Amino acid sequence: MEPPVLDVRNLSIEYRTSRGIVRAVDGVSFSVPKGAIVGLVGESGCGKTTVARSITGVLHQSARIAGGELVFKGKDLVAAPAKEWLEKRWRDISFIPQSAMNSLDPVYRIGAQLEEVLVHRGGRTRAEARSRSSELFDMVGLNPARLDEYPHQFSGGMRQRVAIALALALNPGLVIADEPVTALDVIVQRQILDVIRDLQRKLSLSMILVTHDISVVAYVSDKIVVMYAGRVVETGSTADVLERPRHPYMMGLTNAFPDLDTAAHDLVPIDGSPPDLASPPSGCRFAPRCPFLLPRCETDDPASAAMGEGRSVACHRAPEADDLRARAKESATWLPA
Amino acid sequence: MATGLSATTPLVEARGLTKRFAPPARLTDMFRKERPHTHAVNKVDLTISRGESIGLLGESGCGKTTTGRLLLKLIEPSAGDILFDGTAVAGLAGPSLIDFRKRAQLVFQNPFDALNPRFTIERALAEPLVNTGVERATHRDRVEKALSQVRLPPLARFEGLFPHQLSGGQLQRIVLARALVLEPDFIVADEPVSMLDVSVRAGVLNVMREVRASLGLAALYISHDLALVRYVCSRTLVMYLGRIVEEGPTEDLLKSPLHPYTRALMKAVPVPRVDQSRDPLPIIGNVSDARGQPKGCSFRDRCPLAIARCADDEPALRSVAPGRRVACHLV
Ligand SMILES: Nc1ncnc2c1ncn2[C@@H]1O[C@H](COP(=O)(O)OP(=O)(O)OP(=O)(O)O)[C@@H](O)[C@H]1O
Ligand code: SF4
Ligand SMILES: [Mg+2]
Repeated sequence: MEPPVLDVRNLSIEYRTSRGIVRAVDGVSFSVPKGAIVGLVGESGCGKTTVARSITGVLHQSARIAGGELVFKGKDLVAAPAKEWLEKRWRDISFIPQSAMNSLDPVYRIGAQLEEVLVHRGGRTRAEARSRSSELFDMVGLNPARLDEYPHQFSGGMRQRVAIALALALNPGLVIADEPVTALDVIVQRQILDVIRDLQRKLSLSMILVTHDISVVAYVSDKIVVMYAGRVVETGSTADVLERPRHPYMMGLTNAFPDLDTAAHDLVPIDGSPPDLASPPSGCRFAPRCPFLLPRCETDDPASAAMGEGRSVACHRAPEADDLRARAKESATWLPA
Repeated sequence: MATGLSATTPLVEARGLTKRFAPPARLTDMFRKERPHTHAVNKVDLTISRGESIGLLGESGCGKTTTGRLLLKLIEPSAGDILFDGTAVAGLAGPSLIDFRKRAQLVFQNPFDALNPRFTIERALAEPLVNTGVERATHRDRVEKALSQVRLPPLARFEGLFPHQLSGGQLQRIVLARALVLEPDFIVADEPVSMLDVSVRAGVLNVMREVRASLGLAALYISHDLALVRYVCSRTLVMYLGRIVEEGPTEDLLKSPLHPYTRALMKAVPVPRVDQSRDPLPIIGNVSDARGQPKGCSFRDRCPLAIARCADDEPALRSVAPGRRVACHLV
């Protein structure tokens, strides 16, 4: 089997805040297979963006990598000199930040912004850059005749396409997209996801797609990494995780989600909310909300354990997952005690 | 205001409701003819009965929020009429306006913005009562009642707490309770759960369903989320560029969408399952220009079925089956 493009190993990241040190990412591990789209999902504040930014080397200045490795194409980026990492950006690893569509410079024509990246970071000549820009516009479904327009002349969805074109400009080995469709309407969202899927197949892109929306992941990604309160709780192929969740948090989410296709069943919320990362509970971080907790869950941290091919789960009761899943389908299970 | 002309009078009725906004001024306009106004809401007719929950569905910028604000008289229409319980809203002033404000409430989209961060939860809940001059002796009871309606613990549990000390789900329920303390007949909820995480969203949606059932409250839920509308609303209106293009009982509309726009919308909704259709959407292009078309159907540029007539004639919203209305020449 081909080695993964990226192997995140036991990554921890801390923020310095007025309330002390917040460990926003705590021992996160997952890998990105070559040519795959990996969906990194979880609720607001669980640490998705922090992980994404760390890989691209653009962490906030109050953050620091407290441990772990980011092995990109066989080489650990964390241990590498900062300069080397910086060079990887754009060329090898490109980033589409959260709200990328608002990050275009309003005073320059869009084509000029693309050419800028191609010439200054990619070492292309002006003429090459011009033709590559047209090619990129074509690729993301924009009319190259509009390269000379300004960002305000583009709709949100079109600007998001430009952000994707920018990220692809230098044929990176890995693209990281943080909530690439979140601010968009469903129709535009679907069109952008189609562009992403299409490009992945044509260019065999390796990609991490960060989103809070499980439906987005279900639509485009091959593999899913579920985060909860700074940890990875479950990973596996998208189909397997969605159809047979093995972590109680994922089981709970399945009930909480309104679904258009299934009958209008009653939605069942997961009582409570994620823990404050400044003072996380000892033991399992989901324990305060988990209907299946055992006494040991509140004291022992469940390690992430491999469960079959490409599958890992961090729950003491993962071996009983099939039973728990059946119980999780009943709303009474989730009623607050 | 006189209440309840008769039980059959709709609670809210809008006819030909229109709101135009002037385009933002630009320097280059000095050399141009006047640019067209944006028709944020264009000749909208709708009725909402007592106790009925209606969904208003559409893309951002299509005029959903403007419609809600017009119905609550937070802004004035450019044309058209709104009747609330049989009385024209346009003419309300003084005491009758205050009465209307008590009976028709807005639930904000973002619970984190809706409450003043420097006010305690207790004060935030009592504020609407103070503002509308409700007798002080009744405040405590009303607040407790509203809290129990949204399934929150009694006021004592929130003593001295400020908004930032509550979770998003709790806050959104406080925002809802704040609308309920005035015992309204009608609420407009603008994207009421879009800021909440999935794991807590379901709790708030359940409360909304219960409140409607137990209080007989009429509601307009504004959303771009079809699944939410389905969960809470018995009837749904679909809006495109300021026009209602389709209306029907929610389940019928989902099962057999008739307008080409509604059909594309249904297909575009993502579902949390792997086995789903990935066929191209039946819609053209990716730009929606909120200015719309000077004549003809506002959807025609993106419609895969458009015929010559669509460019000239504006399709009227007409009844095609019991309870179902569609604005399309081909239906
Ligand atoms: N610059 C910062 N300083 C201090 N704490 C931060 C900073 N940025 C993020 N955090 C904290 O780190 C945690 C993870 O944040 P992160 O932005 O990675 O979450 P996320 O999963 O991307 O959330 P969302 O879905 O809301 O984008 C949160 O508790 C957040 O409050
Ligand atoms: S480890 Fe225990 S508390 Fe945590 S998810 Fe599993 S059963 Fe629940
Ligand atoms: Mg984020």
